[in-house]
Amino acid sequence: MLRQKAFMKKTKSGKVLKVVKEHYLRDDIWCSVETCKVCEHTEPVLSAVPSINKAFRLPHYIIPDTNIFINQIDVMEHPLITNVIVLQTVLEEVKHLSLPIYQRVRDMIANKEKRFYVFSNEHHRGTFIEKLKDESPNDRNDRAIRVATKWYANHIKDLNPRVSVVMMTDDAGNRDKATADGLQAISVKWYIEALDNTEILDMMSSAKDLDDGQKTIYDEHLSSAHISNGIKSGKYLQGKLGISSHNYLEGSIYTKINGEEGTILIVGRSNLNRAVDGDIIAVELLPKSEWRTTPTGVVVDEEEEQAEEESLKAEQEAAAATAAKEDTIMAEPEAEKATAAVEAHKLDTPQPCGKVVGIIRRNWRQYCGFIDRKSVHTPAGSSAPVNVLFYAMESKIPKIKIRTRQAHSLLGKRIIVAIDSWPRTSRYPIGHFIRALGEAGDKSTETEVLLLEHDVPFHEFSKQVLSFLPVEGENWVVQPEHFAGREDFRSLNVCSIDPPGCTDIDDALHVVPLANGNYQVGVHIADVTHFVKPGNVMDQEAASRGTTVYLVDKRIDMLPSLLGTNLCSLRSNVERLAFSCIWELNKDAEIVNVRFTKSVIASKASLTYEEAQNRIDDASMQDDVTSGIRILNMLAKKLKQRRLDMGALTLASPEVRFSLERDTQDPVDVEMKELKETNALVEEFMLLANISVARKIYEKFPDSAMLRCHPQPPSANFEKLEKAVARFGIEIDHSTSKTLSDSLDSAVLPEEPYFNKLLRIMTTRCMMQALYFCSGAQIEQEFRHYGLATDIYTHFTSPIRRYSDVMVHRQLHAAIDSSLSYGDELTDKEKMNDLCGNLNHRNRMAQQAARSSVELFTHLFFKNKTEEEEGYVIRILKNAFIVLVPKYGIEGIVYASAKVSKADSGESATAQPQPILVYNPETDCLQSTETLAEGETPKTQVQLFQKVMVQISIDDDLKGGGEGGMRQKLKMELLKPWIEGISVHGIANKDDPEAHAVTSTKKRDEAPVPAQDKKRAGKRTKA
Amino acid sequence: MSRAELLSPEGLRIDGRRPAELRKITSTTCVLSQADGSAYLEHGNTKVLAAVYGPREARHRALVLHDRAILNVELNVAPFSTGERRRRSKNDKRLLEMASFVKQTFEPVVIATLYPRSQIDIYLQVIQHDGGTLQACINATTMALIDAGIAMTDYVCACTAGWVEREAAIDLNYIEESSDTSEVTIAMLPKSSKITLTQMESRLHVDKLEEVFRLAGEGCKQMYEVMDKTIRDRAEDLARKMAV
Repeated sequence: MLRQKAFMKKTKSGKVLKVVKEHYLRDDIWCSVETCKVCEHTEPVLSAVPSINKAFRLPHYIIPDTNIFINQIDVMEHPLITNVIVLQTVLEEVKHLSLPIYQRVRDMIANKEKRFYVFSNEHHRGTFIEKLKDESPNDRNDRAIRVATKWYANHIKDLNPRVSVVMMTDDAGNRDKATADGLQAISVKWYIEALDNTEILDMMSSAKDLDDGQKTIYDEHLSSAHISNGIKSGKYLQGKLGISSHNYLEGSIYTKINGEEGTILIVGRSNLNRAVDGDIIAVELLPKSEWRTTPTGVVVDEEEEQAEEESLKAEQEAAAATAAKEDTIMAEPEAEKATAAVEAHKLDTPQPCGKVVGIIRRNWRQYCGFIDRKSVHTPAGSSAPVNVLFYAMESKIPKIKIRTRQAHSLLGKRIIVAIDSWPRTSRYPIGHFIRALGEAGDKSTETEVLLLEHDVPFHEFSKQVLSFLPVEGENWVVQPEHFAGREDFRSLNVCSIDPPGCTDIDDALHVVPLANGNYQVGVHIADVTHFVKPGNVMDQEAASRGTTVYLVDKRIDMLPSLLGTNLCSLRSNVERLAFSCIWELNKDAEIVNVRFTKSVIASKASLTYEEAQNRIDDASMQDDVTSGIRILNMLAKKLKQRRLDMGALTLASPEVRFSLERDTQDPVDVEMKELKETNALVEEFMLLANISVARKIYEKFPDSAMLRCHPQPPSANFEKLEKAVARFGIEIDHSTSKTLSDSLDSAVLPEEPYFNKLLRIMTTRCMMQALYFCSGAQIEQEFRHYGLATDIYTHFTSPIRRYSDVMVHRQLHAAIDSSLSYGDELTDKEKMNDLCGNLNHRNRMAQQAARSSVELFTHLFFKNKTEEEEGYVIRILKNAFIVLVPKYGIEGIVYASAKVSKADSGESATAQPQPILVYNPETDCLQSTETLAEGETPKTQVQLFQKVMVQISIDDDLKGGGEGGMRQKLKMELLKPWIEGISVHGIANKDDPEAHAVTSTKKRDEAPVPAQDKKRAGKRTKA
Repeated sequence: MSRAELLSPEGLRIDGRRPAELRKITSTTCVLSQADGSAYLEHGNTKVLAAVYGPREARHRALVLHDRAILNVELNVAPFSTGERRRRSKNDKRLLEMASFVKQTFEPVVIATLYPRSQIDIYLQVIQHDGGTLQACINATTMALIDAGIAMTDYVCACTAGWVEREAAIDLNYIEESSDTSEVTIAMLPKSSKITLTQMESRLHVDKLEEVFRLAGEGCKQMYEVMDKTIRDRAEDLARKMAV
């Protein structure tokens, strides 16, 4: 083995340092070709008969350069591309340029079927090259790639069967030099075209081929040096763009403005300047005169779509002209809106507005969505490449222009698309197709979509992960050796109480009255860490999944189901390993002492909430388990009272449960989730356990304990709500959780029993997210859990479904067993911090996915159904309001503008929706447009908390432009109060097709309603 | 992910070595004519000069031991030894500690009872620093002591090993050392495989300790061969010259 030295000089920023590194060159780096006799590799990666392509005579291996990976990663991931030699030079450059892409390349290398081989050319004696004088690093790397290709070409030229290597690069200069060296070189485009596969052709990124000579629509982004200088000097502000979920042309960033935290609004296409939701952007504040007041409007962008459709149609002939026209169309109404808003409410403090000057980091990912039917103009069956528009499922994402040859077969399907670039000349970002998921509206496709959209890993557990399960499988039982270091609690009357149908039981309880009148209470948690050892593949998988995701019809497990629903699950009448938290509580439920231990338990009963409740209520049941539950219930009530006295909040959310049909899993009924006393029973003890554990692990790991905090919400969150409830003479004091809890308790309207719940729901939305954090990363005062009113908190009680609990179990075990050896995964502050970040992200995503799943099932439930229901106004927007229907726990937007039918807008593209109600920022309500005298209340108004009747149906086709339900949306229409132009007639009329026809035409005709008409209309509904 | 990849999935370390490979080692003895024994050792880019004076009369009477010699080790790191120039004071605690490690390592090996009431001075100078200073110092000292003709029971060979990402690796260089790797230095008497020094300043999972130890031990044996060859070559060279 030969060792040679080479010196590499490197300077680091800040101080210029000379770093001398050794660089060993080796003889034992093999080519990894199956038929090679010279090399001594044991497991060749590259097959003897590699890829075949019409462009080349011989089968060949591909050697791509860096930019191929960076720009065409989706193509490289296609199953057709195999037998690729990834040079170390290339891999290092990719890693330097983009970590996510590097990760994807690494995944491909790990995938045996792809046959990607990493050739460490930088450490190979034959392929290492020194940088020449006056040679740029890029040129040197290009040369290194050529040298390596040459080496391969020479190395394999005598092999049988005959093979060759092909260098793949989009750099024409590099290709020329390669050809001059006698090498084969090709660009991706040629290579792919010679493959004759439409799918892979569509996947090709179109980053380079911009249309020249087009009119630029957007301002140029500033250079990164310019931006960082601007941010340093305070001229620009930096933040993560969050697009409003109701309007994709309005975004905001949360940042420090002149030292004060605040939100900057960014409104309109040109101000957003090609930024996409989640991008880190640099923003320049607009002058004060252009600042606006909230709230946001909803964009009903039909006329805009129309224009875009035309532009696509006319793209070839008169691209520039259309674009110009569009611009004027777009500019006018927006400007109007803005000035109107400013003039009308000069008194109100406007919100700072800004404009994007540059993008610091893109947050582009792959988007699920569908192709806009209207943008496809070729005849059916044509396979010529066309530009079509793609709608992402997430309404925050702008439309994406993609070029595809399979437009017709993709219509009506859900597809995945990636953004490649967003040039100044293009109204929409340009992207490329990645793959199709399936028919839209199909339950399994839609479920996959929502899992993908929320970044939920839902693939099956790999063999490697499953290999870490106990070998006994289902037959695993507690063995005598398991009792080492565990207490034997098998004789105790332990029972578990869970929701019906729960198979992953991770907690169980027991109580024993003690001789001194106190009670011994135990909480037993499934001992997941006995099975999941730190650092192994199963553990890594669980850490990356972070949490189990519960959807309406299925569950995406964090741990393989053998553990989750069997070996760890504390089922009744089987012996299971547990981690127990044992308190001695006195009669007033105060903790006398607490200890923690690993244990073996045998649960005597696993009950549902309802069964447990029935046992408590049924006086004839006097067995040990039942009387235990009664004692627990008594203690839990005292615990809860004390917690409430401390200021814990009782919040509410409109959660519903679907009853599903057994076979099809289609929803047949919806009901509100009911809470029973026993829910609270379990909850109280879990809280108690979590708090006790949090103290213990914080004591042992002051720098790295995994804790959970809930920050106090900033008062800005409450402004609107306070204003709205002031009308009812109710005050909300949110200075501490105690005062907030008290004011919520006293906020009761006798005539409206639902009001209190509604208020709690809305208060919930003012709250901050609870977060995991590492105790060393925050000061102790910030550990507080606002909602639970406790100074320290963590998650200990659900290790089967949350990874945070797994970590806490490990830390607690280390805290009680000093002889235990553990690695730095429990002590490394940075690793813990990273993990917390991931868990918080996964948690948030899991919640959103669950919510989307409920939404999906709501849509399925309302399919072909129209219901009339009572609802409450919970948010006012500029030209719409949002109604919550408690019965189904759903929300929908009701537009406050008369609809302009498509036919109309087609004729005159300038037609704007007629506002019937306008926003009044003083009262935060929508009111009719008539001019008012001082002190007079408007005739019609919509305000927060107002009770309304709405008609709910599914708007099957809001944006897809044709049948197929491309983006299903719940449609809510106002029934009561009657507002002409907005409200619709109820189902009573709907049965009669004629009456329906009349209403719909009327709607259009009567768009601008005179005031007296409205009065009449109002009477009509009352009658 | 943000940290540098110390061990690539292809199994190469940052400088191209495999986990069980030492760096290139060159050594010579008798480099300083004034000293009684001296050695110069390059361990990759770590370069150490060792000079031995004595056994000679002890400088401080108070320290003299009537039945054996005392060892005195002084260690100095040149200001130019790292990329960033940094002058260390003579009382730098790290240097004093390292010197005392060297001293403790050699006390049981040098047969000090042969030299009563005397002192053996070992001066170590680190000229260039690229990880593994302690092992290089110990190895250089061994050679310098042999060069000085001081009686020892065996060679002392030192080697470091650590847990790099997912594998045990030997002879860590500066980049590997400084990215929070657990590192063990051991010094071994190669004939008896006895260990005279173990030094570890970071946390290492106990399950991994054995593997790291085994590898470090192997490294020591390899070091022994390199050092022994240098000494024997030198001796042969001398013998040849004397014969002429």
